[in-house]
Amino acid sequence: MTFINYAAREINCKLVYYGPGLGGKTTNVQYIYERSAQPNKGKLISLATESDRTLFFDFMPLELGTIRGFRTRFHLYTVPGQVFYDASRKIILRGVDGVVFVADSQEARYEANIESLRNLRENLQEHARDLVSLPYVLQLNKRDTPTAMPAKALAAALRLGDEPVFEAVATQGVGVFESLKATIRRMLLELRKS
Amino acid sequence: MAVADLVTLEQDHVRFMATLERLRQDANARLAFLLDKNGQQIAAAGELEGVDPTSLASLTAGNVAATDGLAKLIGEREFSILFHEGEHDNLHINVIGGIVILVVLFDERSSLGLVRLRVKKASAELGTVVEEIVLRAEARRASALGSSPFAEITDEDIDALFS
Repeated sequence: MTFINYAAREINCKLVYYGPGLGGKTTNVQYIYERSAQPNKGKLISLATESDRTLFFDFMPLELGTIRGFRTRFHLYTVPGQVFYDASRKIILRGVDGVVFVADSQEARYEANIESLRNLRENLQEHARDLVSLPYVLQLNKRDTPTAMPAKALAAALRLGDEPVFEAVATQGVGVFESLKATIRRMLLELRKS
Repeated sequence: MAVADLVTLEQDHVRFMATLERLRQDANARLAFLLDKNGQQIAAAGELEGVDPTSLASLTAGNVAATDGLAKLIGEREFSILFHEGEHDNLHINVIGGIVILVVLFDERSSLGLVRLRVKKASAELGTVVEEIVLRAEARRASALGSSPFAEITDEDIDALFS
């Protein structure tokens, strides 16, 4: 649910990074945080366990400039990927405006990707949303791993429609900003329709 | 979009600010802060020094949402009030109209009883404004006459953001 504040002349959108555990969602957001200039970013908040696994969410606000006289502010969230944190994932999807699905390219994580995508669609349904109408981008992360599946095969298994697909190595920043920009573009175009 | 966007106008902001400022003074609080349930800041009155408002909003929304989950788990519809007690500072959090969240930050110069009393009155006022915002959004959707400034966003506008 986009929040348009006419008094402050700003528009706020919520973008969620979703995907299986250890797939690189937090790494995406950390890279964006590290590479964004100071005035454009707020604090990066990570609610993580002692072993650095996401417990509730990571969050960072990002400001990109003005559009039609309105400051554009994007709130980036990650969900905890581990299966048993489903209640938390549902909460974080509340009011979402766009989703980046971070898939893990390693062959051993194929089933986890499928399960996480199924879980995303199911949880969106509870908020009366779906991946057809929601701005959505598929990122194939960990392309540098030795057991990475062919990108074409993985995309064929996970792609739902005409959503953009990006190959990524989030630890090196490859594909990170491309995925972000594509989702933001889709979110802003969606505003045009609403 | 499946869910209506929340649109606040200048006149809403003026009313929110008037109520928040009065609440802050009457409750002798440091800060009165309003956000939506998705963690977007709406308005704030008082001392924001040393408090990052964006983080405060997102963490409060997460906190309320998690507590909502707990309520449902035990068969309650919601826990409408949360209170966090610190050594010096305390947070009183309550949900208004199921859509917005009011946060009051106060220290030893005030008390929980006083804050609760003042919050009750302020919540009714804020709830009225929220109701009007919701009704306006529904009317706008029904009449399909919404004149959103974003209706004519061009690809060039979007490209300019990334340049």
